[in-house]
Amino acid sequence: MEEILIELHVNKKIHTNNGNEVLDVTFKIPKYGLVTLFGKSGVGKTTLLRIIAGLTNPDHGLIKVGEEIWYDSTQKINIKPQFRDIGFVFQDYALFPNMTVKEHLLYASREKETRYIAELLDVFHLRGLCNRKPERLSGGQQQRLAVARALARKPQILLLDEPLSALDSETREILQHEIILAHTNFQATTLLVSHDIEEVYRLSDFVYVIEKGKIQKQGKPGEVFTRSSIVENFK
Amino acid sequence: MDEIFLQTFWISIKLASLTTIVLFFTGIPIAYFLTYSSLRSKVILQALVSMPLVLPPSVLGFYLLLAFSPNYWPGHFLNHYFGLRLAFSFTGILIGSIIFNLPFMVNSIQTGFSNLPASLKDASYTLGKSRGTTIFRVLLPNIKPALLTGVCLTFAHTIGEFGVILMIGGNIPGKTRVAALAVYDEVQALNFGIANKYAIFLFIFSFVVLLFIYSVNREYLKWKKF
Repeated sequence: MEEILIELHVNKKIHTNNGNEVLDVTFKIPKYGLVTLFGKSGVGKTTLLRIIAGLTNPDHGLIKVGEEIWYDSTQKINIKPQFRDIGFVFQDYALFPNMTVKEHLLYASREKETRYIAELLDVFHLRGLCNRKPERLSGGQQQRLAVARALARKPQILLLDEPLSALDSETREILQHEIILAHTNFQATTLLVSHDIEEVYRLSDFVYVIEKGKIQKQGKPGEVFTRSSIVENFK
Repeated sequence: MDEIFLQTFWISIKLASLTTIVLFFTGIPIAYFLTYSSLRSKVILQALVSMPLVLPPSVLGFYLLLAFSPNYWPGHFLNHYFGLRLAFSFTGILIGSIIFNLPFMVNSIQTGFSNLPASLKDASYTLGKSRGTTIFRVLLPNIKPALLTGVCLTFAHTIGEFGVILMIGGNIPGKTRVAALAVYDEVQALNFGIANKYAIFLFIFSFVVLLFIYSVNREYLKWKKF
């Protein structure tokens, strides 16, 4: 039986396009898993990632990672984002305009391990761009830097918020491959938010489908996305 | 004559420099609080900070004069315990200047913080960085144009300050008489030539400061936004 890393049960009132809704979600994520939260935009997927990261507080609930409790409303435990062992890739990448590629990685790494930083630069094809600032990187390079930066502190959990949505299909395909490689190489339990079925198929081994604030379906992508649900999605 | 002219400008520049330095260090935490705090009551502080923009300088000057007077408790307290008499002194006009220029520094820095994507702060936190490290390594370096605007506007505005300084400084030559007051004084004495000398210097100075801000910020605006 696979070891569970993240156990989450949270409840939060959110504002969606259809008015106020209660996000009431329970899920478990296995260690080293590559799991996707799937759903239309505005259903609260990003809010869930932010709740795991500690950037947004749920109204109540419990988040347990391994043996540690990160959030528990009954015991009033709420670990600050700084002390949660995560890497977060933001939808807009959130790169620091004042730092070069290398400075980003040095800033992010816990100890200034030059060998590990060199490895990240190689894996994400950033070596030749070391001294460039984000403004001089292409969309794909910025995305690579965002993932490399998130991995630089060797997090236990990698959270990716629609990391490929702003890219053209060709770059997206290359980077999907790189995300899988990074997941295998760096062994971070990965939770990805996406509204793109193809991406879910390529990237994840398990998917939770969120609709109307709740998890409506879960399973392997092949089981969850039947032909009819795919057609429904493209309607 | 030239000595008086230089002395008056020296007081103006000393006042503007000290006001700017004090406001730079106090303005950053105030602007940070006003931008990022989720407290609803922060609007009260916001309104207080912006008051000098709409309040007649004479009103602020009047109340500061009362506060500095030994007949009222703040002035009495300062005089009794610290031997400080702030009315008609350089320290007095400095305090007046600091309060009066608060919105120029705070609003500029606040605009800088507000224009940064919120994800920058979040990203730094998820990288394990403390609030202090995030402010000094990520936020402040990325709002340099706003900091520069705050510094230049505060400095230039202090140089041109008139009402508050007249009320609480008393226009004492060599002590609290600044260039902007000198123009008024010389006109009153019908010394139009000398008034013109002060005026033209202030005119050029203000123009150069604004020109500097706009040209530097134009360069920064070419940065691609993230």
